[in-house]
Amino acid sequence: MTATEQERRLVRPYGDTTGDGMVQLSFTLPIPHDRVAEGAAAQLAKKMGIDPAMVVHAKPMGPDFTFFVVYGQVNHLVDVDAVQVVERDFPLLSPKEVNLAIREGLRRRLTVVGGCIGTDAHTVGIDAILNIKGFAGEKGLEYYRELRVINLGAQISVPQLVASAKEHAADAILVSQVVTQRDAHLLNTKEMSAAFREAYSDAERPLLIVGGPRFDETMAAELGVDRVFARGTTPGEVASYLVHALVTQRRQAT
Amino acid sequence: MSVQPKLGLDPEAVRRARELARTAGGPIVQLAKRHTTVSVERATLRLAGLAGADPDGTPWVNRLVDAVRGDVDIAHGVALPVWDALLRAEAADLTELATKAGVGSVRFRIPEGDDAKQAEAAATEAIGAGIARIDARRAERERLIETVGDAPRTPWIYLIVATGDIYEDIPQAQAAAREGADVIAVIRSTGQSLLDFVPEGATREGFAGTYATQENFRLMRAALDETSKELGRYIRLTNYASGLCMPEIAALAGLERLDMMLNDSMYGILFRDINPVRTFVDQRFSRQVHARAGIIINTGEDNYLTTADAIEAAHTVTVSQLLNEYFAKEAGLEDWQLGLGHAFEINPDVPDSFRMELAHALLARELFPDAPLKWMPPTRHMTGDVFRGYLLDGFFNLVGALTGQGILLVGMMTEAVVTPWLSDRDLALQNVRYVMNAVGDLHEDFQPAPDGFVARRAADVLGESIDLLERIIAHDDGMLDAIADGTFGLMRRPADGGRGLDGVVRKADDYRNPAVDLLEDGLR
Repeated sequence: MTATEQERRLVRPYGDTTGDGMVQLSFTLPIPHDRVAEGAAAQLAKKMGIDPAMVVHAKPMGPDFTFFVVYGQVNHLVDVDAVQVVERDFPLLSPKEVNLAIREGLRRRLTVVGGCIGTDAHTVGIDAILNIKGFAGEKGLEYYRELRVINLGAQISVPQLVASAKEHAADAILVSQVVTQRDAHLLNTKEMSAAFREAYSDAERPLLIVGGPRFDETMAAELGVDRVFARGTTPGEVASYLVHALVTQRRQAT
Repeated sequence: MSVQPKLGLDPEAVRRARELARTAGGPIVQLAKRHTTVSVERATLRLAGLAGADPDGTPWVNRLVDAVRGDVDIAHGVALPVWDALLRAEAADLTELATKAGVGSVRFRIPEGDDAKQAEAAATEAIGAGIARIDARRAERERLIETVGDAPRTPWIYLIVATGDIYEDIPQAQAAAREGADVIAVIRSTGQSLLDFVPEGATREGFAGTYATQENFRLMRAALDETSKELGRYIRLTNYASGLCMPEIAALAGLERLDMMLNDSMYGILFRDINPVRTFVDQRFSRQVHARAGIIINTGEDNYLTTADAIEAAHTVTVSQLLNEYFAKEAGLEDWQLGLGHAFEINPDVPDSFRMELAHALLARELFPDAPLKWMPPTRHMTGDVFRGYLLDGFFNLVGALTGQGILLVGMMTEAVVTPWLSDRDLALQNVRYVMNAVGDLHEDFQPAPDGFVARRAADVLGESIDLLERIIAHDDGMLDAIADGTFGLMRRPADGGRGLDGVVRKADDYRNPAVDLLEDGLR
């Protein structure tokens, strides 16, 4: 490695010798297994920057597909300094860490009231986040011992949601909106946030969170909510955010 | 494959555990018998042949049951009011009656005297035709297994497809069968369990799964019948009788000759927050249908271990298996129909984790020697490290081979990474085949030391199961209170909470349901 490479932190993959650039990969091509197929695999590897490429394993999977394992030397360099990482503005916590943070920071359970407002009957989003069954291999918020979850289900009116929030002394409100016809999700959310601002003082108001597949995460201010979650959000992200907003940040503020 | 007893379990403890499960479950059966639900009534109409939906997609069975409920309640059952209306010539058939009921142009009443007798006779004939169709489908399955051939060995290899589009699922399922699957499970769309209606027709859009509908069932069964003939072995089809429409889905499964159904006594309560009474009533009816249809049920004990520690909570699996066995047998299911669930979910970093897995699996095997048992692969401790995951799946397969599991859900090294690729499935099946072939009949040579680690661990788990069952029974209102105060897992589910409670109705003294009568008769 030259001095400049060291300064710029340029690296290559490591097999068993510094700078050997060795990588392994596996993939499937939709062609029958024969010599041509193995050549095709080597060609793909070469186009990926692996040269020389060794097709070390090729196995037919049925008459129409072949599976390959390829080893070889990749001719790319990685500039570590040029790597850009998008930082989440809150740390991702495990369920244990969430529970611990609430127990220590709040000294009581944190209450979440959730539901689908308006005529939206699609509970798939709210259930994925709240039901213990969860989503994407993560358990829902019901799984967290220190979270008290009240799932109101579908077709909840905004006044019902506010009443339920008051009844249960909610720390956070979770609203899911799947139906987006005529921007119903945006209008419903604005109506909801306005109602909460009217019913509560700023200091008392629960955290307002809205989510759904067609929301843009940058719209929170416009919609009057504290946070917007978009497609693919997992329960662990929501739980981590709850801790960040209601435990960590509040403690820092006082 | 039968496995000789190896653990030296105390027969008195085994007897005691079963007796406690019976004591805990008995009052639940009585509770189930005292109530009906909208879904049981809708299933009854489905058995009588009412299918289809209105232009908005609301099934006719929902329209009709809601209309009867509005006029005369369902505490008496919908059968008499519905067939009374047909006998009064309000409509030519059930579909027309449902159409008229939907717009309010029919009035229902509870017939009395001779009118009641005639309505009941007509209802029994129509519903009996549906039960006869289920019987015929069961005979057809037996005939196909006879002529086409059965899975060549146990455990049956169980693979999942789930694209959301039934027309994509079909070629995937056929490919999976050709690759070696004996059982194909079509995962349902997320959230279907909380729909209080069964969607209609062939569906091409789902969330992480495909909707369970009668037409989807029919299409997939027909496709797998073709593949069965091509491969010379009968490919079994699995779906989910769970959630708010469990009885209806069970009926549709029987009518369309599905072969196995996921069907757990408490899963919906604990993991989906469905009302406990609703679940137990719907459960009993659906199990009676499965018993009649010759369907093998798969219970959901693996779920306990995905939410709690697999060592600490091992006994909750055993307790749930004992309760599932009690409820299943009470509903008429036989041992060969009990795919009692358990899973390989112990943290692999724990010392002796494999010995404990072996102990737990053997315990299940020896407690339920004649049940097929459904062996579920690791999910909780699968990470993005696919190489480590592949090894873990190998050990999972080894336990399966060594303990005579009946149904083996094939573990994927890409669990928690992607939905399985073609190559993932191929590698996973190679793993299963290698282990089964390499292990052969090793179980004949494998004899854990008496009072050794494995035998002691199994005895401890059985002991903890007995303690838990005793704690359940010690509650004033038994299981219902235990479910309410969080004795099962982490979830507190009070009997007056949860979804679907408004669909539960206490039966009136004159409740009639020919489907229930015919299914109960089948038990005698």
